[in-house]
Amino acid sequence: MFNAITHSQIYVLDQDEALDFYVGKLGLEVTADIDMGFMRWLTVSVPGHPERQVLLEKPGAPAMSQETAQQVRELVTKGAMGGWLIFTTDDCRKTYETLLARGVEFTEEPTERPYGTDCGLRDPFGNRLRFTQPKRG
Amino acid sequence: MKRAVEDTNRRMLRARDAMDRAYAQPLDVPTLARIAHVSEAHFARTFRATFGETPHRYLQRRRVERAMFLLRETGRSVTDICFEVGFGSPGTFSRTFRDIVGRSPRAYRKEATAVGVPTCFTMAWTRPSAPASPSGPVAD
Repeated sequence: MFNAITHSQIYVLDQDEALDFYVGKLGLEVTADIDMGFMRWLTVSVPGHPERQVLLEKPGAPAMSQETAQQVRELVTKGAMGGWLIFTTDDCRKTYETLLARGVEFTEEPTERPYGTDCGLRDPFGNRLRFTQPKRG
Repeated sequence: MKRAVEDTNRRMLRARDAMDRAYAQPLDVPTLARIAHVSEAHFARTFRATFGETPHRYLQRRRVERAMFLLRETGRSVTDICFEVGFGSPGTFSRTFRDIVGRSPRAYRKEATAVGVPTCFTMAWTRPSAPASPSGPVAD
């Protein structure tokens, strides 16, 4: 049966702006950037881990009608679209400080949990992201 | 026009995030309107149009959710928890809690059990629902 998750997807409203954020601020790297004409296949991954990619998909035609695309865009900006991401980090507080200095908007400061230290942020469009420093054990 | 809706949504979400983040602090309309970069006059109405409930009600649900967490996971007194989550008096806290949860903080504490999934998830999903209102959709 299955042996890995290789690709997952979130909706972004602008792929260039998404690159500025996911690569420029969060430090991910581009794994694929292919102009297929009808769409731009744009994926990013944690540096050194191309086996797990996230597709930054812009909702729109021809995959969906303009009206549907608009509904998706509105849900994303309300923070109501699914597809959120959780990363791990070796040092939650240090990563938090680094990203804060880069102007990232946090929804939750680093907080101790039973499973480690984690915090929450949003991408520029309204998607939820988190990163966790797992408890050693 | 459509871009304007997205921009407004994003501003309202920014204000809602501020309530999620700083729920225990006094967050009045002027403060939230500043965070959302909109005028005070339009803030509450726009927020309600976006999320289906007033900012005040959202903040109350947020505080009650945190109180539910503390009642469930800690042994702290109801009065301590009331102030910890941002209510100004135990009377207001009990009334609001009962109004939203359907029973008193003490009754809730007796019935509640801890759950073993990531906290961010339980924070979103154990937050009591907004009542359906005839003038707008249920909140997201």
